[in-house]
Amino acid sequence: MHIVVLIKQTPDTTAALTVDASGRISWGDAPLIVNPWDEFAVEESLRLKERFGGKVTVLTMGPESAKEALKQAVAMGCDEAILLHDPAFEGSDAVVTATILAAAIRKLGAVDLVFMGKESVDGNSAQVPPALARRLGWPLLAYVGKIREIDPAARTIVVERILEEGRQVVRSPLPAVLSAMQMNEPRYPSFMGIRRAARMQIPIWTAADLGLAPEQVGAAASAARWPAVFAPPRQEVQCEFIQGESPEEIARILVDRLLAEKVL
Amino acid sequence: MSGVWIWLEQSQGKIPSIAWEAMGVARRLADALGDGVTAVLLGEGVAAAAEEAIAMGADVVQVVEHPALADFRFEPYLSVLARLARAGQPQAFLMGSTARGRELAGGLAAELGTAALVDAMEVSVEDGRILVVRPIYEGKLFARTYVDRSPAILTIRGRAFPKPEPDPGRRGEIQQVSVELDPSAFPTEVLEWIREAEGEVNLSEARIVVGGGRGVGGPEGFAPLRELARALGAALGATRAVVDAGWIPYKYQVGQTGKTISPDLYIACGISGAIQHLSGLRGVKVIVAINKDPEAPIFRVARYGVVGDLFQIVPALTAELRRRGLAKE
Ligand SMILES: Cc1cc2nc3c(=O)[nH]c(=O)nc-3n(C[C@H](O)[C@H](O)[C@H](O)COP(=O)(O)OP(=O)(O)OC[C@H]3O[C@@H](n4cnc5c(N)ncnc54)[C@H](O)[C@@H]3O)c2cc1C
Ligand SMILES: Nc1ncnc2c1ncn2[C@@H]1O[C@H](COP(=O)(O)O)[C@@H](O)[C@H]1O
Repeated sequence: MHIVVLIKQTPDTTAALTVDASGRISWGDAPLIVNPWDEFAVEESLRLKERFGGKVTVLTMGPESAKEALKQAVAMGCDEAILLHDPAFEGSDAVVTATILAAAIRKLGAVDLVFMGKESVDGNSAQVPPALARRLGWPLLAYVGKIREIDPAARTIVVERILEEGRQVVRSPLPAVLSAMQMNEPRYPSFMGIRRAARMQIPIWTAADLGLAPEQVGAAASAARWPAVFAPPRQEVQCEFIQGESPEEIARILVDRLLAEKVL
Repeated sequence: MSGVWIWLEQSQGKIPSIAWEAMGVARRLADALGDGVTAVLLGEGVAAAAEEAIAMGADVVQVVEHPALADFRFEPYLSVLARLARAGQPQAFLMGSTARGRELAGGLAAELGTAALVDAMEVSVEDGRILVVRPIYEGKLFARTYVDRSPAILTIRGRAFPKPEPDPGRRGEIQQVSVELDPSAFPTEVLEWIREAEGEVNLSEARIVVGGGRGVGGPEGFAPLRELARALGAALGATRAVVDAGWIPYKYQVGQTGKTISPDLYIACGISGAIQHLSGLRGVKVIVAINKDPEAPIFRVARYGVVGDLFQIVPALTAELRRRGLAKE
């Protein structure tokens, strides 16, 4: 099986964020990480490779520094890595990102499965997976909580999708586009893996390599506009500590407060 | 290019509250733009909800019934919505910010060559343009956004907007729309559903959530929390620590890699308040924290705090609610 896993480099989720007057977001010296949802996708892809053989190729579209994220995925066990980078890609929204990713996946040739994260922890959109599925014309299996079975001969997959009211069990032909929920415990990079990643020369594919014209990518091609980013109004919550002689007294005072707040 | 459209999500013929909340937003947008609301209802045997949609604010309801639409599947649903949108040329297309809503939004944006703004928490019209404020970076920042083309696709965050009051006197038009769908074009197949336990309150729709963390000590430790949740008519939530420990299933997990919740009241029991847990709390009105450790970070976001043993406080709280006749059962 040839599995392609798509990752994004994001700021660490514990980072304190600031926005300057021009709307530029910064996270100080907090580290950049692999989007946590994508780690589940990497782990699951590696497990499939271990079961069925084949290889895992990891891709990201991003700045040169995103090579670090690719190297982490290689250190975990991915076989190949490619960075999609071109100044013209900057400002691409979810649909345009999907267009670029789809072009790269087509260029890879035979692919059985594309694994992504449920959403990115910076953009929080969950829009690239459905848009990519449409660009490739492959079935979308989003919000996957479990892979039940894969039949490589029949080229089918059965997954459990986590929706609001429960799990929907779906069978689909391959190739398909999957997005991962928290479905496993991602492994740590191995020592051998880290060495391999450190030596790896990661190829860079540009718009021209993907056969995309400049006007098909980047901010100009994108329909989503972001005129302003701002920090939410700070809600100063002063915690009132409820004290009492006994749990019963504490409960009584607490219920009084909650009634007054009209939240019961 | 005209009209505000909404996809009326249904599951087994039932419309979730979030879809009506989106209807309220659609109505307000349409009024601001001097336009009408068209609701699109897809499924099989779902026409009964069309009357309700008019009472809730729709001017036109397009009902599309087909065996291929019996259960939600991305491809056939998207195919129908895209076709209707190409024919009707709406200015905006709204849906609830559910798993299905977000999938369809992204699919529609790709099909129609436009963009989707998900999780809208404020929606307004300025100079004829629809502006959306949405959370990014797990709610640590907000972005003011709009779509430069038509339709603007929006998913509406749950419990961020009021559900409209039904007006049985409203008039509207129900259109039965027939579509050709070639089943072989949609090869995915729904094999079965594993539904949430009957009678359990849905976490994302809950008005009150009782959350449990590692402080509950083990799987049995959830018993007093379950009892409090029952008394409050609340949903049960949990941290990743207890889900990873196998004390409670993943569907209860709240946080960055779990569910996002927006209840009026969140009672956090034995939860330290890690940032990844807190990022699942969006727009919660009141947080109550019960924790042994007065230094626990959860107290920094809580409105009320109790420093103490949850196994004493939680049962006392349940008993107090019962004593005052405030318990739901
Ligand atoms: C990428 C990533 C994603 C994550 N996603 C999530 C997520 O979606 N959701 C999530 O919750 N976490 C998530 N986490 C984990 C998060 O960082 C914390 O580890 C987790 O939330 C801690 O859970 P906890 O509060 O139950 O446990 P702890 O931090 O161990 O806290 C237990 C608390 O219980 C208190 N306590 C103990 N006994 C009692 C008692 N008898 N009475 C009262 N209080 C008591 C203790 O004082 C302590 O404060 C994620 C982490 C990472 C790295
Ligand atoms: N720039 C990117 N490069 C590669 N994959 C991406 C990129 N952006 C998003 N993805 C994938 O799409 C998923 C959903 O992201 P999003 O739609 O941005 O919330 C992520 O978890 C990644 O798997």
